[in-house]
Amino acid sequence: MRKVAIVGVGMSKFGEEWDRGFRDLIIDAGKKAIEDANLQGEKIDGLFAGTMAPGPLIGQEHAGALLADWMGLNPIASTRVEAACASGGVALRQGFMAIASGMHDCVVVGGVEKMTDVSGPDVVSALGGAGDQEWELFAGATFPGIYALMARRHMLEYGTTEEQMASVAVKNHFNAARNKYAQFQKEIDIKTVLNSKVVASPLKVFDCSPVTDGAACAVLMPLEKAQKICEQPVEIIASAQASDTLALHNRASLTEINATKVAAKKAFEMAKLSTKDINLAEVHDCFTIAEIMAIEDLGFFKKGKGAKATEDGLTSLKGEIPINTSGGLKGCGHPVGATGVKQAVEITWQLRGQAKERQIKDAQIGLTHNVGGSGATAVIHIMKKA
Amino acid sequence: MAENIAITWRRIPERYMLEGSSCSTCNTKYFPLRKLCPKCRRKGKLERMRFSGEGEIYSFSQINSAPAGLELQAPYILAIIKLKEGPKLTAQIVEASEKDVKIGDKVDQVFRAIRTDEPEGLIHYGYKFRKI
Repeated sequence: MRKVAIVGVGMSKFGEEWDRGFRDLIIDAGKKAIEDANLQGEKIDGLFAGTMAPGPLIGQEHAGALLADWMGLNPIASTRVEAACASGGVALRQGFMAIASGMHDCVVVGGVEKMTDVSGPDVVSALGGAGDQEWELFAGATFPGIYALMARRHMLEYGTTEEQMASVAVKNHFNAARNKYAQFQKEIDIKTVLNSKVVASPLKVFDCSPVTDGAACAVLMPLEKAQKICEQPVEIIASAQASDTLALHNRASLTEINATKVAAKKAFEMAKLSTKDINLAEVHDCFTIAEIMAIEDLGFFKKGKGAKATEDGLTSLKGEIPINTSGGLKGCGHPVGATGVKQAVEITWQLRGQAKERQIKDAQIGLTHNVGGSGATAVIHIMKKA
Repeated sequence: MAENIAITWRRIPERYMLEGSSCSTCNTKYFPLRKLCPKCRRKGKLERMRFSGEGEIYSFSQINSAPAGLELQAPYILAIIKLKEGPKLTAQIVEASEKDVKIGDKVDQVFRAIRTDEPEGLIHYGYKFRKI
């Protein structure tokens, strides 16, 4: 297996981008990533594009071919990758495997979602497709509702409070305020979260990641070649993925995401590292409770201690393990298919020392954690300054 | 999302009668019906069974922002119910507001309209639960 490196990254501004469509967003991110890599487009021999729901959101399927066409990459092999909100992370893993195996020598991994061209209830229904349509969504479940069911159990089993969940949103907005690509570049306080409208009790609007338009891209090459053409390649030292039941109710526990635990174990084994070697992580905070469960399931904190750790500032920019320096899904925005790739973009900037105001000092090793649905897919990458 | 009539028709045993499967190899019970036991795979032997409809609230949430098609029902209580026989399922709790329910409350199944596709469209029926 060949070693794999990221040689270029780019992303579009995340937000409600009324004047830009699906194609515009990924062209923006793709151009930035290829310019960042300082490559000629002719070198690219494959594209993996993560996008969750272009069918219901923009009435378009066959996104792999569409994107190769509009990005000017024909006739290279182009594949759409779908794993709900983990589509981007799984696309990155496909790109990693394509380079590692020797099948491809230079691939673009993209993630994109255009979410604001349909009404609110239609977005809720489209995202609902990440759950079990016949046995959860039919009964009236929504994604905030499904995570609310987890939050309620976490509160019962571990004493997690609504204030502690709110502290996740406050931290992530603080970080997003230092990220020019973020949807919400504005700090908030605990009261803003607690006083916001209840969407699915106990979760409020400010516990939820927003509806976002956006795209992110990364260019991957074999490490050996990357070192010849790139000043600061970032090596992907682990890639792991795991699955669980599609419906939340079929899990033994609602307070952990087993796919995260399984993928984390595999990733740490592959990288020959442990949690204490990780300097920072981008985790899947689609809801505040999701970040609390993620930092527990990844092993940064013991089960039940994630909420207190966040409240105590241990995951802030200056904390012992900074989490979601980009602002996370909550602050930076969550164009579902783009999120997993955006996480890798942020870690790349951090490892290169390009994260400006939110730069983590001496960042050497970072981790990305991307979840599909309520935890039926989890995909983890560990990245290191090469 | 509007559901095709054939999907609704195929799901009648579970949605109307709470039928599921029991694996005689590992003794695990499943709701809804399964064609393969995920634990035993090809060694499993699934038999149809009917659940009693008794259970308890395992977790719940009041849904204020509903998906397309359920806007008029909101707010409603969504719950995960742990059936007496073992498996869990997702359903609404009827005749209750948030302050009336807590984790552990005993419930039983009721037969209700779940959603109507269009003003003159198909009415989908199925299970909801009610506090005992």
